[in-house]
Amino acid sequence: MNFSSHSTMNPMAWGNLREDAYPEPFGAYSHNQGVKPRADAFTDGVQRTQQPIVTGTSVLAIKYKDGIMMAADNLASYGSLARFKDIQRLHAVGDYTVIGAGGDMSDFQYLQQILDDLMVEEFAAEDGHPLGPAEIYEYLSQIMYGRRSKINPLWNSLLVGGFKDGKRFLGYVDLLGTTYTASTLATGYGAYIAQPLLRKAVEGREDTLTEEEAREIIKESMKVLYYRDARSLNKFQIATITEKGAVISESMSSETIWAFAEGIRGYGAQTS
Amino acid sequence: MFRNTYDSDNTVFSPQGRLHQVEYALEAVKQGSAAVGLRSNTHAILLALKRSTGELASYQQKMFRIDDHVGIAIAGLTSDARVLSNFMRQQAMSERMIFNRPIPVNRLVSSIADKAQVNTQEYGRRPYGVGFLVIGSDRSGAHLYEFSPSGNAYEYYAMSIGARSQSAKTYLEKHFEEFADCSLEELITHGLHALRESLQQDKDLTIHNTSIGVVGPAGEHEHPALRGGFRIIEGEKAQVYLSSMRPKETEGGGTATPAVPDAPPAAPGADEDVQMAE
Repeated sequence: MNFSSHSTMNPMAWGNLREDAYPEPFGAYSHNQGVKPRADAFTDGVQRTQQPIVTGTSVLAIKYKDGIMMAADNLASYGSLARFKDIQRLHAVGDYTVIGAGGDMSDFQYLQQILDDLMVEEFAAEDGHPLGPAEIYEYLSQIMYGRRSKINPLWNSLLVGGFKDGKRFLGYVDLLGTTYTASTLATGYGAYIAQPLLRKAVEGREDTLTEEEAREIIKESMKVLYYRDARSLNKFQIATITEKGAVISESMSSETIWAFAEGIRGYGAQTS
Repeated sequence: MFRNTYDSDNTVFSPQGRLHQVEYALEAVKQGSAAVGLRSNTHAILLALKRSTGELASYQQKMFRIDDHVGIAIAGLTSDARVLSNFMRQQAMSERMIFNRPIPVNRLVSSIADKAQVNTQEYGRRPYGVGFLVIGSDRSGAHLYEFSPSGNAYEYYAMSIGARSQSAKTYLEKHFEEFADCSLEELITHGLHALRESLQQDKDLTIHNTSIGVVGPAGEHEHPALRGGFRIIEGEKAQVYLSSMRPKETEGGGTATPAVPDAPPAAPGADEDVQMAE
């Protein structure tokens, strides 16, 4: 066996043998820090988050005829360990918006608290000016950019989906405060694996895709991700945000076939 | 030194249950030149009478833009108005920065009302000596609010503040039911008629002393590409609206309507520690 030296030295990097060849974006979902920060006279000063600890993987979302559909699995990993298998990574904010998070789950829970507090304030105002998805997206992106500017980022990539006043909204924001909108979005590993599939299936058809078709596209992408992403789980939820409001489904799973895996070296029983 | 007992400290009630300093602040609003506001289903407008201190002076600005969708007309201490309008601008900008939306007008008005209320309760402060009419449009349409130094803010179909504004109010009370379906031009004409009521006998509205503030879609005399945000119509551009007024003489059959006294005289003995003879 030929382990690269830094993988074996750092216990958090076990199972990440090829990280040197295939780095993840921002190193956001990896505990494998290639280069350790230098230890110097300032090391004992204020320490910021330098890596995520308990992480969620991809979130997917698409536009379809009636609104937005979003999906994320129920796993929160501790390094390569599938540590928490019943974590909800989709969160409704008010009546018109759902956010989905990848990256550090404690930072996500902190964001949920901030947003829930905001919604309580909004409820108390009760003046007919509720915050819609576009407003919540702007608010979130200001929080994310503000924290990265303090060199203390909230280590997440987030999707914001919503439907209000007959208009769909779908946006992405991450730990750097980077924002963009598109008719299909995916975070983390899904940005590489699922995004091309989503684009092919959705782009140009946003206004005609039915809910059933959209659900098939999302389910198929989640299955592919489960096959290819070692930090994923075959247990996921789908949220829809339409004129009727935000609905987050019960957990579900995809049918998978693993017979072929028997022949793969390192997976099935090996004879030599 | 003091006109009344219990009026040196605004946080102390008089035995009649009144805060005299607050009432004096309301008087400061009445010293300012008049402003009128009214609203239709599509527009909210302000009209204000500008004053100049003399032949050599320019006319004092009475209307201020707060944000693209909100504007105010003031009556009272201009310096206090600038403090409050600055605050309103900050509130509007922070709503745009944090939520990327125009601030709902009711929230903006409530924010200054809350600020003014603190001054009527905390030791060592004084109330603001200025009143506002605020117009703005948001998701729920066009609105008109009155803000006053007592910390109150109410929404109105039509309202007037400032010197001799009772006369303008009388006009508005007589006509407000017609306003809802008015075009912008008709609404401005109504507003000018109301504002004219607050003038002294020998004065008239001119392009020099009249400001018109509007929110709502472009009118007949405006550029059609104009978006419906707050704009101030002054000077030459106000001429077309001033010309639309009925001549004073024909009103009420020959003569101008007699000036209505500013406020009904207080019933004698209603409050013994007030002797605020003009």
